Amino acid sequence: MEHVVIIGNGIAGITAARHIRKQTDFRITVISAESKYFWSRTALMYIYMGHMKFRHTKPYEDDFWQKNRIDLIQDYAEHIDHDAKMVRLRKSGNLNYDHLILATGSKPAFFNWEGQDLKGVSGMVSLQDLENIESYTTDIDRAVIVGGGLIGIELAEMLRSRDIKVTFLVREKEFWQNVLPEQEATMISRHIRQHHVDLRLETGLEKILGDETGQVKGVVTSGGENISCQFVGITTGVRPNTDLARASGIPADRGILVNEFLETRFPGVYAIGDCAEHITPRPGRKAVEQVWYTGRIMGETVAATIAGKRTAYQPGPWFNSAKFFDIEYQTYGDVPAETPEHLCDFYWEHEDGHHAVHLIFDRQSLQFCGINSFGIRYRHEYFDQKLHENADIRSVMQDLHKANFDSEFFRDHTKSIQQAFNQRYPDYQVKPIRKKFMGLI
Amino acid sequence: MYMHFLQKTGLLLFILACAILIGLLFWDTSYRITRETFSGVSSDEATQERLQMVFDSVPSATFHDPFSFNQMLKEKFGEYNKEVIRTFAITQEELDRIIAAFPPADVTFSPTVTESVWQDGDTDNFKREQFTAYTSWMEGKSYSSRDELQKQLNKTRQDINQGIRENKGFGDYQIKSLQLALTRNALTGPTTSRTTFWLFLTIGLGTAAALLYILPKLNLLPGIKNDGVYHRSNTSRGWVAIIIGSLLILFYIVLYWYPEYMVSWMALTDPLSRSLSGNPASQWFFYGLLYTLAIAVMGIRMLIHYRHSNYHIIRTISVIFFQTVFAFLIPEILIRLNRPSMDLKNIWPLNYTFFYDYNLEQLTSAGVIGTSMLVWGIVLAFIGVPVLTYFYGKRWYCSWVCGCGGLAETLGDPYRHLSDKSLKAWKIERWMIHGVLVFAVVMTLGVLYTYFTGSGSVAGISTYSVRSVYGFLIGAAFAGVVGVGFYPFMGSRVWCRFGCPLAAWLGLVQRFKSRFRITTNGGQCISCGNCSTYCEMGIDVRWYAQRGQNIVRSSCVGCGVCSSVCPRGVLKLENKKEAGRLNNPVLIGNDGVKISG
Repeated sequence: MEHVVIIGNGIAGITAARHIRKQTDFRITVISAESKYFWSRTALMYIYMGHMKFRHTKPYEDDFWQKNRIDLIQDYAEHIDHDAKMVRLRKSGNLNYDHLILATGSKPAFFNWEGQDLKGVSGMVSLQDLENIESYTTDIDRAVIVGGGLIGIELAEMLRSRDIKVTFLVREKEFWQNVLPEQEATMISRHIRQHHVDLRLETGLEKILGDETGQVKGVVTSGGENISCQFVGITTGVRPNTDLARASGIPADRGILVNEFLETRFPGVYAIGDCAEHITPRPGRKAVEQVWYTGRIMGETVAATIAGKRTAYQPGPWFNSAKFFDIEYQTYGDVPAETPEHLCDFYWEHEDGHHAVHLIFDRQSLQFCGINSFGIRYRHEYFDQKLHENADIRSVMQDLHKANFDSEFFRDHTKSIQQAFNQRYPDYQVKPIRKKFMGLI
Repeated sequence: MYMHFLQKTGLLLFILACAILIGLLFWDTSYRITRETFSGVSSDEATQERLQMVFDSVPSATFHDPFSFNQMLKEKFGEYNKEVIRTFAITQEELDRIIAAFPPADVTFSPTVTESVWQDGDTDNFKREQFTAYTSWMEGKSYSSRDELQKQLNKTRQDINQGIRENKGFGDYQIKSLQLALTRNALTGPTTSRTTFWLFLTIGLGTAAALLYILPKLNLLPGIKNDGVYHRSNTSRGWVAIIIGSLLILFYIVLYWYPEYMVSWMALTDPLSRSLSGNPASQWFFYGLLYTLAIAVMGIRMLIHYRHSNYHIIRTISVIFFQTVFAFLIPEILIRLNRPSMDLKNIWPLNYTFFYDYNLEQLTSAGVIGTSMLVWGIVLAFIGVPVLTYFYGKRWYCSWVCGCGGLAETLGDPYRHLSDKSLKAWKIERWMIHGVLVFAVVMTLGVLYTYFTGSGSVAGISTYSVRSVYGFLIGAAFAGVVGVGFYPFMGSRVWCRFGCPLAAWLGLVQRFKSRFRITTNGGQCISCGNCSTYCEMGIDVRWYAQRGQNIVRSSCVGCGVCSSVCPRGVLKLENKKEAGRLNNPVLIGNDGVKISG
């Protein structure tokens, strides 16, 4: 019986394991040093905030794995011998494989700041990080977070949930403005401040200061300001975890290099998820994609290949989502931070500053390119279909009411969005459709 | 800071109000039997006469706690019953004499032999009548030996004597209800002398204090408020939870089985009860008031917690309305109008006494309004339930109208995450809740059989004992003691999930014939687990969400919290066309591999 060994039990590795099991009878072994059971890394923040316990973040009951004949080994993979097709584990010795999937995820990116190894400095990616943050932030007064991305704002929310004063250093002009267009970035920056976070824009970290016991006592910002604090959260992004691959001679650049079939240079060795780097990225996609969904899709893809149907990584239109304190964010398709000349944009924001949409379309062909939405839930299926069809912006706007995925009785903003669109682009009149009252008349 | 100060003050005052309320049960109370105490306690003249015999002779002592007072009552009733037995019971010796009159073998029973045992005189006549009545069915029956007959008659004697005790003395149920009525009337204490003052200092203060704790939350920005749920002792099965749970359990035990110890509380709510129904407050009035206040005050908490969500705002207002108007006010007003009292939204089989003989008699003898109520109740249970559930799912009742659901969605909300999500719990749930439904149906059929035929037993089983077992096990122990008392341990929907026969009935419709489902959004689920954690019904919502499958579960009460706590906007409660409701799992995002399941 063929043996599939998977290193890493995050969403990518576990999706691969589950789908291989559905399609084959192969022996499957999943190795992880961090935890025995699969848990949802995206829920890390909720454990700290007391919304959940660690056990709630496990998507499957513990006996699921045995029922599905997926062996779990909690151990550290030290070396891969790709000629002998063998993995060396720290405690459990050698393990032979026929197929090896590297799903080693990513690590917080630290940029060699002075003082980054002091006690009280942590990233926010692993269970170990969570434990550190828990112990570092007990009974403290003030924290500094460095790096304005998705993890940074999560960490800010976590610390605020315990009434810790937070200073948030963000290098960009507004929060996450390397990804979000200025309007949205400004809106979210405002929302961050509403939550009593001391947001410092266009500010970086110079160095971290420690006391004589090796404990953090403050930071110096790029502006030269001295801020005293007892905890520093480093959330300046993550980088692919390529340690094992490099140590074993598997080619890696930023990430472990893979072709369109997620294969590394060595036969039977694949890399998926956060740790993988596509040698030839698909048009419009990045070489390294580090979100939950791409991890899942790569896992599904490699499973098909191992089950005998060699399949290229072929994700559909881009999508992602997040939550910034109380504002939910969804994105479908491509919404660039800066709209290039050949594209048109349409931005609508509700006066309450908690709801907004931003749509992008081609100036010439009017083809719909993508949408950002804030505080309004939309149907994934709707935009996925419109993007697949290369639909016209007018049809997207016309049918917008069909896309709404907000809870019942929520205020429907469709009409006011359509009216604003008509004002902005009088040539492309959209007729708002009256919604039935309570779905009846 | 200022917010914390208000909240802390509120909390302290609330604890104080609770302490005073409990203290009022014992502090400065006295119980004394006088002629006024027992006059009019029973509408039955004979009982009234007996009471007079029991208590007139005693020099009226004063008791200072309900326990010794009730001990005294029990002793008095016991003494009286002993006297009754001594006078009227058929003795072993009398029985032996009857048996001796028969031949040793091949006995044919006839009651005429009693002539030799009992002559004339009131007592003897009574005994003879009783014996004849109880043995009439044995007349002409043959027994192989005297011993055989003796066995039968020994049993009969026990039955007769038991009956005599209940006819001439006080039966067990009667003693229980007389204890309550007498204790109620015998009480003098702070709650009878300065009723309004203490009402304000307990229930009034408690309500105000709770609001003082809750209202400052308006200062928080709108959004999900689950911070610290698993850090607080109260909401993570810590010592606070154990205290609260124990107090709730104790309260329900007293309420259902020992109401004579809470007469001070009833007295406290007398003025209110009189102004509504015209009658003094029963334990049920006190309980109803507390229940309604709990839903209203904790409903305000819900309104603040979820003020970003119209769905929760509207359904919370709905449960507050139905509890206050339908469960609390209308039944009291109906009493005042001399009409049958009924909670018009309490549906059989949750309302398991609906088809009981006394209820049917009350309704059928109350003219048009009574008949309308009877028809309304039947229509709701057998037409309203399936039709409304078809269009909206069981949520139309369970999280919008129902009283138990109303309490779970308000008072129980802080505990909603404590429900067990395991597959094992789901399995137990399915067996239990459908078991209770079958039990309720069988019990009701038995009761109706008795109502229409007059026969008290089916296949040798007494329909009365089936219904009293149901009332004790399901109606009181499960719905009350476990249902609410276990909030802090097993979550807010223990009763609704494992025990409510109406939830089972609604659930069957929801599962097999309804337009309701929770849809998932493409491929956006990140398996974080908020939805499953905060499902009060213990549904592993994430299991469905992460594979892109609609959630169609008989137990889902449609509270909508899974959708609210989802950080990625994945879940939506919908009533749509039935087609595609039980869909194959679909995840969007992968054009290379079609993902289903």
